[in-house]
Amino acid sequence: MSDATFEIDGQPTPFKPGQTILEAARDAGVYVPHLCYDPELGAHGSCKLCTVIVNGRTASACTMKALAGQEVEIDTPELEALRRSLVQMLFVEGNHFCPGCEKSGDCKLQALGYEFEMTNPHWVHFFPDLGVDASHPDVWLDRNRCIQCELCVRASRDVDGKNVFALAGRSVESKIVVNSPSGLLADSAIAAADRATEVCPVGAILVKRVGFAIPIGERRFDRAPISADALACEVAETDK
Amino acid sequence: MNDAPVKVRIATTSLAGCFGCHMSLLDIDERLFELAGRCEFDRSPLTDIKHAGPCDIALIEGGVSNSENVHVLRELRANAKILVAVGACAINGGLPAMRNHLDIGDILKQVYRDPGTGEANIPCDPELPLPLDKVYPINEIVRVDYSLPGCPPSADAIWKYLTDLILGRMPRLDPQLFHYD
Repeated sequence: MSDATFEIDGQPTPFKPGQTILEAARDAGVYVPHLCYDPELGAHGSCKLCTVIVNGRTASACTMKALAGQEVEIDTPELEALRRSLVQMLFVEGNHFCPGCEKSGDCKLQALGYEFEMTNPHWVHFFPDLGVDASHPDVWLDRNRCIQCELCVRASRDVDGKNVFALAGRSVESKIVVNSPSGLLADSAIAAADRATEVCPVGAILVKRVGFAIPIGERRFDRAPISADALACEVAETDK
Repeated sequence: MNDAPVKVRIATTSLAGCFGCHMSLLDIDERLFELAGRCEFDRSPLTDIKHAGPCDIALIEGGVSNSENVHVLRELRANAKILVAVGACAINGGLPAMRNHLDIGDILKQVYRDPGTGEANIPCDPELPLPLDKVYPINEIVRVDYSLPGCPPSADAIWKYLTDLILGRMPRLDPQLFHYD
């Protein structure tokens, strides 16, 4: 431990050397919104929802290290508006129809929409044609709902040791591809119990036949907003 | 001053919707009496008035899937001071918009294909409104003042929004009423 502190929204906050702003904030009970960061799989720096202002400049809280004397703004109306716009862009970029999705209520993208009071997606919808891979007996891959956070790529590579997923293509053409001769999930090494299937924050990778085990209305983010949920779950995760 | 309260005039319509949001409006149950005391209805499935006149609030359920939806929506926008997108379909197209990645010509050929001859007998009566290439959220056709999410929004959510609007407040849902499903 060190006695060094930095400021979060004007409040002196302690941090451990090497901690990111997101980790130090979480340990101090301050939620920084995020989608592509996971306490076990680490930072990715792609979703930009954890954007904060560090000494007057924008930075990703999941990759930026906390340093003594830093002045960090996390919870401001301007940053919330920016984060809401990012979530709205994720919504229009894919096909996110919550009422027809098994993940509804457990979905982090949806929960962040609630968190930022996103009443509509604002931008013009892309309505892209992305397709579903239902070939595997136990696991779905619905690319319509993928937000390309690469959590499944990292989990499959670093935890499961299977390298099932990768992100291929560029810009708006990029999409999740499956490591199998046919490109289909059925011919890959994935299994329902893999970390890669569980880690998906949206409804892109789903285990079959368990989607409605818990009814709509009684699910994770029906019980607690994602801010409270993340602080409780992710602190517990790092204390293991 | 006249003691009779000025009633708020409300128009409602279901475009490419399932009337589920209207059912949810009726689910406010005995609060309908209070609503009836504070408002009167313009064009709505509840009144059977065919064309909207000047009104204070227009509640729009459903997305825009055909030419008639466009005309109805524009007429309501032109007459309403406040236009509210009610429910998932008005906000993002919803279930009907799941046809959007398919070609409308291919869909019609498939749907109206005669199983015997294999030919498509697509209806072409001029009375029928033409389907659009896609189902559009209403904010891609007209300006929308407020959006009330839900599939459908619960009766409590609709009541909160309506009472906020009628009393001149900025409409806002409590977290427990704020749902997309």
